[in-house]
Amino acid sequence: MNTVLRAEWTKLRTVAGPGWLLVAAIVATAVVGALAANAVSCPAGGCQVDPAKVSLTGIYLGQAIVAVVAVTAVSGEYSTGMIRLTLTATPRRWLVLAAKAAVVGTASLIAGALAVLASVLAGRVLLDGHGIDPAHGYAPLSLADGTVLRAAAGSVLYLTLIALLGLGIATAIRDSAVSIGVVLGLLYLFPIIAGVIGDATWKRHLDQISPMVAGMYIQATTDLRALPLGPWQGLGVLAAWAAGALLAGGLLLGLRDALSVGRRAANRGRGE
Amino acid sequence: MNATMTPFRSALPSQRNDSFAHLLRAEWTKFRTVRGWVIGLLVGALLIVGLGALTGANSQCSFQPNGSTAPQACPAPPTGPGGEWVTDSFYFVRQPLAGDGSITTRVTSLTGLYSTHGGQAAGQSPTAGMTPGVQPWGKAGLIIKASGTAGSAYAAIMVTGSHGVRMQWNYVNDTPGLAGKVSAASPRWLRLTRSGDVIRGYDSADGTHWTLVGTATLAGLPPVSQAGLFAATPGYTTISTGLATASSTGGGALATGAFDHVALVGGWPAGSRWTGDAIGANSIVSGSLPASAQGFTQADGRFTVSGSGDIAPAPSAGDTATNTLAGVFVGLIAMAVIGVMFITAEYRRGLIRTTLTASPRRGRVLAAKAAVLAAVTFAAGLVAIVIVIPVGERLLRENGNPIYPASALTLVRIAVGTAALLAVAAVLALAVGALLRRSAAAVTAVIAGIVLPYLLATLPGVLPVGAEQWLTRITPAAGFAIQQSTPAYPQVYASYTPGTGYFPLAPWAGFAVLCAWAAAALALAVFVLRRRDV
Repeated sequence: MNTVLRAEWTKLRTVAGPGWLLVAAIVATAVVGALAANAVSCPAGGCQVDPAKVSLTGIYLGQAIVAVVAVTAVSGEYSTGMIRLTLTATPRRWLVLAAKAAVVGTASLIAGALAVLASVLAGRVLLDGHGIDPAHGYAPLSLADGTVLRAAAGSVLYLTLIALLGLGIATAIRDSAVSIGVVLGLLYLFPIIAGVIGDATWKRHLDQISPMVAGMYIQATTDLRALPLGPWQGLGVLAAWAAGALLAGGLLLGLRDALSVGRRAANRGRGE
Repeated sequence: MNATMTPFRSALPSQRNDSFAHLLRAEWTKFRTVRGWVIGLLVGALLIVGLGALTGANSQCSFQPNGSTAPQACPAPPTGPGGEWVTDSFYFVRQPLAGDGSITTRVTSLTGLYSTHGGQAAGQSPTAGMTPGVQPWGKAGLIIKASGTAGSAYAAIMVTGSHGVRMQWNYVNDTPGLAGKVSAASPRWLRLTRSGDVIRGYDSADGTHWTLVGTATLAGLPPVSQAGLFAATPGYTTISTGLATASSTGGGALATGAFDHVALVGGWPAGSRWTGDAIGANSIVSGSLPASAQGFTQADGRFTVSGSGDIAPAPSAGDTATNTLAGVFVGLIAMAVIGVMFITAEYRRGLIRTTLTASPRRGRVLAAKAAVLAAVTFAAGLVAIVIVIPVGERLLRENGNPIYPASALTLVRIAVGTAALLAVAAVLALAVGALLRRSAAAVTAVIAGIVLPYLLATLPGVLPVGAEQWLTRITPAAGFAIQQSTPAYPQVYASYTPGTGYFPLAPWAGFAVLCAWAAAALALAVFVLRRRDV
């Protein structure tokens, strides 16, 4: 396992793409969170703003970038044909997937922690001037507060689970554009469709099974009774999706040959 | 060695194999011979139809009228003369007016009651426990109406809670008059005169100097119309301002106007008496109190009229054609993926070298790709949308949802505009793919540019107020404004946010923003493609 882990880590760090993309994810998360915090305005009557959730709004964009990193970690191997080398070196294919998941997951965890820290800091600094201050009954954002810590730590886990979800789907689909389309579709389409359906029970069920909406419940620090699921339950839904994707990807990896789709078509043309 | 080099010019004739028509044919061949892309396009179109039908089949609307146990389908609101849905509910103190004439009155006060928490307990008086106060659009004044039916043509001049004197007619028209609140110290004189189909409204602060506020032409007004005093007020609504997708909470409200110096001139049949009715009291207008709470008193020429309800267009009262287009987002993602792959596949397979050798004018290659992609995506999208709108609306109707009667022009705009939105999004994806040459990053950039801002603007509880206005004006998601079915009316206080289907930009203006993004990306891609090697 050690050698496989080292191989996967080498693959990740020696290509310029993933590193810069993770930096971009950190910056994008912090900037969008700062912009959202800056847009808060508290009228005199009181505001129903969730300070932790507002400052962590950047996760909506950061998750897309983290998903790209995870997807290219797998589909890059297929498009370059390196997957044949990888699977020749490590015939136990589940080990390859496990090592990839460990390496990509750890990188996302670290990037996510930095992104969340930057967002919370930006939120703490900016929200104070926009009415979220002790005068309105809000304590300054601080990780010493249990609920804020839960929201922040949960968001870091959220980003890691998104990376694992992307990894699993890309292993199943193998083409990078289609996989990222499927991942982003899974994330963004559930809430859009739930918004259009008029039936309240269907809306609630769709929100409960949606990876992004349920996963984002971990960020809620106020008005928890209005949510269809508890915060950790919501994150559990996302974890279930990620586990399912990894399982499906692992099964397909073990059952199929190691060629990318395009190479098979080219081989078919050559009469193999 | 020569100090200057003459650039190479091929001796081959350049017209025959390099014309734009040839390029188009080459790109079309490239597109249709890749089985995966054609299947992806068809799957995208099928998903548009399927998801629209699914949302239609799963949206039940039913309501239980008071005193009945069987739920009925949600009733459609009445339609005004212009075909739009209207709320027509108020207390009318009237006499018949035969032919031309005028009515003048002086309004000395407008007061009201409202409740902040919704329905009253059974058995209590409807106004028990209400707070004094007039709603901003609470109204009392004079009205000439074609008949007592809800939705009939009318012209009215009134004093309002916080918007001064206003003349409104046929629900969508609204003109301001004298500003300021009405009180015993500063009363307002109002006059309506009818001559034929034209009704003119006048106001005055002192009863001698009259100003024309507005002129209304009500085509087909019957010879005998109903005219008199009225009072109405929409319910108490607060649109919570902490979050972008606002939620409104409210309760019933009542407005009471005090009138005196009522003067009738013209075709008023002698011997008529004032009769009072609560028009539209059985409709389910939110915030409207039952007929028992409304009424009028008459003593020595002084009237007090208490009414509840509103005479205005009814925003967000039901489903619109846009609700059947939920699947367009899936189609958008599919078209974006195909658009990116259309260009990145050439790089991955090395075909780009052949393409750029055959057509050295690189800008035209990209233009031909964009043209083929736009045409194919527009055609597939249009077919899917033309199928899903009637099918989805039929399913919604069968489930008891009233559908807003949009005009044919609006439906055509929504259908063609949404198909054009898909095409322009695909071209944007092509341009970003040509710029980045990495398919996953390009797809993510396009989806994060179009779908993510729309999502953030419409998800409840995510963005603070004002941020979603910025997002739906500047980002490519502004293109979704093309789907807006009903206009926003300033004389109705409601939640006009993207979450309820109202966009800050006009439909074609929003679409132009998306086109500007696509054009800029395409221009940048052409510029970069010319400077790069293959």
